Amino acid sequence: MTYAAKNLTTGGRELIAFRVGDQEFCVNIMAVREIRGWTPATPMPHAPSYVLGVINLRGAVLPIVDLSARLGMKPAEPTVRHVIIVAQVKNQVVGLLVDAVSDILTVRDEEIQPTPDISSEFEKTFARGVLAIEGRMICLVELEAVFPHEEREAA
Amino acid sequence: MDMNEIKEIFFQECEEQLAELESGLLKLNDGDRDPETVNAVFRAVHSIKGGAGAFGLDDLVSFAHVFETTLDCVRSNRLEPNQDVLKVMLKSADVLADLTNAARDGGSVDQARSRQLIKELEALANGELPQASAAEPAPKAAAPAPIAAPPVNEEGFQPVAFSFEDFEADEPALIEATCYEIVFRPKSELYAKGNDATLLLRDLSRLGEMSIHCDMDGMPPLDRMNPEAAYFSWKISLTTDKGEDAIRSVFEFAEWDCDLDIALAGGSAVDASEELPMQPVPFDLSLLDEAPAGSADEEEQIAIRDRDAAVSAAETASNVLQMAQSSARVPAEAQKNATAAASAAAQQAASAATPTIRVDLDRVDRLINLVGELVINQAMLSQSVIENDTNGTSSINMGLEELQQLTREIQDSVMAIRAQPVKPVFQRMSRIVREIADMTGKSVRLVTEGENTEVDKTVIDKLAEPLTHMIRNAVDHGLETPEKRLAAGKSAEGTVRLTAKHRSGRIVIELADDGAGINREKVRQKAIDNDLIAADANLSDEEIDNLIFHAGFSTADKISDISGRGVGMDVVKRSIQALGGRINISSKPGQGSVFTMSLPLTLAVLDGMVVTVANQTLVVPLTAIVETLQPEASAIHSFGATQRLISIRNSFCPLVDVGRILNFRATQANPVEGVALLVESEGGGQRALMVDAIQGQRQVVIKSLEANYTHVPGIAAATILGDGRVALILDVDAIVAASRGQSLKPEMSLAAAG
Repeated sequence: MTYAAKNLTTGGRELIAFRVGDQEFCVNIMAVREIRGWTPATPMPHAPSYVLGVINLRGAVLPIVDLSARLGMKPAEPTVRHVIIVAQVKNQVVGLLVDAVSDILTVRDEEIQPTPDISSEFEKTFARGVLAIEGRMICLVELEAVFPHEEREAA
Repeated sequence: MDMNEIKEIFFQECEEQLAELESGLLKLNDGDRDPETVNAVFRAVHSIKGGAGAFGLDDLVSFAHVFETTLDCVRSNRLEPNQDVLKVMLKSADVLADLTNAARDGGSVDQARSRQLIKELEALANGELPQASAAEPAPKAAAPAPIAAPPVNEEGFQPVAFSFEDFEADEPALIEATCYEIVFRPKSELYAKGNDATLLLRDLSRLGEMSIHCDMDGMPPLDRMNPEAAYFSWKISLTTDKGEDAIRSVFEFAEWDCDLDIALAGGSAVDASEELPMQPVPFDLSLLDEAPAGSADEEEQIAIRDRDAAVSAAETASNVLQMAQSSARVPAEAQKNATAAASAAAQQAASAATPTIRVDLDRVDRLINLVGELVINQAMLSQSVIENDTNGTSSINMGLEELQQLTREIQDSVMAIRAQPVKPVFQRMSRIVREIADMTGKSVRLVTEGENTEVDKTVIDKLAEPLTHMIRNAVDHGLETPEKRLAAGKSAEGTVRLTAKHRSGRIVIELADDGAGINREKVRQKAIDNDLIAADANLSDEEIDNLIFHAGFSTADKISDISGRGVGMDVVKRSIQALGGRINISSKPGQGSVFTMSLPLTLAVLDGMVVTVANQTLVVPLTAIVETLQPEASAIHSFGATQRLISIRNSFCPLVDVGRILNFRATQANPVEGVALLVESEGGGQRALMVDAIQGQRQVVIKSLEANYTHVPGIAAATILGDGRVALILDVDAIVAASRGQSLKPEMSLAAAG
C-alpha cells in the first residue's frame, strides 16, 4: 500500500535487481511472486536447452528457465547458492534461475536510459533500458519479451 | 441476489425438471402406468411453466401450458398414454428443452415444429375426450363411488378424477356467481419459500366478494410455539363468477405447500349450507391439535399426519356431501382431498429421499486440490521419517500408517463428491436417437443400461460430444433402413444399446447396434482411395475396422446433415484419448458393431508404475501395462539397423527404448540391464517399453503441465512424488506412435494440417 502510494506520488517504480554471471539485470517487482532457493529440477524431454526442467512449487508444476542461457550467455551450473525468482508472465508462472538477488530499487521513469544502439537484435528484444546505480549498470528486462508466446507454444 | 442469479437458479432447476420429465416419459413408454410417474411428469412441466411465468417467458409458458393440459388428460385417465401419444410427448419434451435453452441463451427455436406439436398436443387433449367419455362409465353413475368407499385409494381415486371433468363442464350452466367454501391451510414450507398467506388472500379477494375466518385454534401456548411452523388456517367463503379454476390459479405457486379445499356452497344444497361450515372444523382441529405435539422439523411425521388428515378430510367430505346429497359436488370435494392426499404422500416420498445440497463446482475442485496436496505431503512426511528413523519401530511409524489410511479415505470420499451418474448424458442420447431416426426415416429403439454408473463430472461433461457423434453414426451408418432390415430377416425396428459399467477401476461404455456391421471391403477400398493404406496392404479384420478412426474417413455414399463429412470417428477417438481413455470396435457383418470405450473414473488421480529411465523417475499409467518382464539376452533380436525385437512366448514384439525416445540419453540402452513393460496401444498391437528399473506402484495425483508450461509430446502430465520432486507421467500411446517412426509431435502436426 505504501509502495503503491509512493509510486503514485513520485511516479517511480520498484524493480528487483539480480545477478546473472557478471552482469546485473532487473525486472518489475510486480511480476515477482516469490524468491526461493534452488532445488533440483526434473528435466523435460524435447525441451529447449534453457529450460532446466520442472519443480514442485507447493503442488504446482513450475518450469525453471536458466536465464543465463536464455539471454545467450553460458549455461548456469546450478548450486545451492543459486536463486529461483518465481515470476508471473502473462497467465503463466515461471521460475527464473539467477545467481543472486542483489537489490530492490526504486527508480523514476526518467532515470531509465534507453537501450544503447547496439548491433545485436537479441539484446534489443528483451532489454527495455539501462540504469546507472552507484556506478553499476543494470539492464531492465521485459519478461514478456523473454518468453514470447509463440516460442512457448513451440517449446 | 439479483434477478439474473434467480433466473440462473430457475434454469438449473429447469434442467433437472426436464431430466425428470424425460425419464418419466421414457418410463411410461416402457409401459409403466404408476400414477406417481404421471404425476412426476406433470409436476415437472407444471414447475417449468410456473417459473417461466414468473420471469415472463411467454413462449415457454404457452407451450408448457398446452403440454400440461394434455398431460392432465393422461393424469385423469382420459388419455391412454400409448406409444403414439408418448412419441408426441417426447418430442414435446425436446421442444420444451429447446425453448428453455432459447430462453436462457437467446437464439431461436424451430417455430414451425413447436406450432405443429402444439396442434398435436391439443388434438390429443381434445380429440380423445369424447371417446374417453364413451368408453368410461357414465359420470353420474360414477359419482356415488366415493361415498361407498370413502378412504382414498387407487380404485376410489380414478373414477372420481374422471367425473370431476364432467362436473366442471356442467358448472357454468348451473350458477352464474357461485359461492365457494375454501379452506386454506398453509404448511410451514409455504412460508419457508417466501410466499405470504396475506398476499394470496388479497389476490383471492379480487375475484369476488369474500369473507374470511381465520382459525387460530391450532396455536400452541407461547412456550411451545415453533416460530417457523404454520398454525393458522383460513376458512373463506367467496362469491365469484370466475369459477374454480380462477381460485386455483391464485394458489398456483403455493399449491404443493398448502392444503387447499375448494367446495361449492349454497346452490342446490341449501339444506346443507348451514352444516357445511361446521363440518370442516373438527378436521381442522384434529390436524392442528396434533401439529404442535411433534417437533415441526420432523418433516416425515408431518407428511404422515398430513396424509392422515387428508384421508380424514376425504371421509369428512363424503359425510358432508352425503348429507347434502348433491351428486355434482361429491367428485369435486373428493378429488380435491384425494389430490391433497396424493401430494402429501408424494411429499412424504420426497422427504424420505436422501437430502442433497447444491455446491459450487469450484469449491469441490478446491477441496480436491487440497486433498491432493495432503496426499503428497503425507507421502513426503513418511519418506522423511523413514529416512531419519534409526530405531525402525517407533510409534511415529504407526501414526503415519494411520495417517496414510486416513488420507486415502479422505481422497476417496472427496473423489466421490465429484462422481456423478452418467444418466444425464444417456438421457440426452435418447433425444439424439429420436431426432436422427426421424431424419433418416429409420425406426430406432435406444436401450440404456447402467445409467446410474458413477464417474467423475469432468469425464461426464466431456463424454457427451463423442457419444453424440457415435450415436449419430450408429443410427445413420450402422442401422439399415426398415425395408433392408426386414429383407435381412430382422425386425424393422433397429436397436441401439448404450451400456455403462465399472470394470477394474475404469468405466466401460459400450455402444452396440444391431445393424449391418462394418463393410470391410468398402472401408478397405476407401482407405486405399484416400491413400491411408497401400493397395496391397495385408490387414487383419481388426485393423480394417480401426481404419474408420482415421481422419478424413467416411464410407457414407452421400454426405448428409447428420454424418458423413469425415470428421466423425477420428474426433471421437481423439476426445476419448484426451480423457485418458481407449476406444475399440468389434463388428460382425450382418449383426452389427460394438464400440467399447474404457475411461478412467477420474482425471485427478491415476494408478501408476514408478520407473527409472536414464536416472529420471517416470510414471507409467498402470492401465496401459499388460505385463512386465526381465528380458534375457537370448530373447533380444536385432532387426534392421536400429530396431530390436523381443520374443515373448514365440511372438515378436518391437522393443522401444523410452530413454532414447524422450531424448534422455543419446544411445540405446542395453535391454538386458533393464526391464521391459509390455503395453497395449491404441491401434492394437503390443510394444515392449524398455525402462531401467521399476521402483514401485502407487497412486499419483495428476498435475497439469500445460498450466505453466506447454504440452510436451510423449508426456501426458506431471505428478509430485513423495520426495517432493516432480515426476513426469508417460503418454504411452504417443511413445508407441513415435516408435512407429512418427514424429513425437503429433498434436502439432495435426494442428498444422487442420
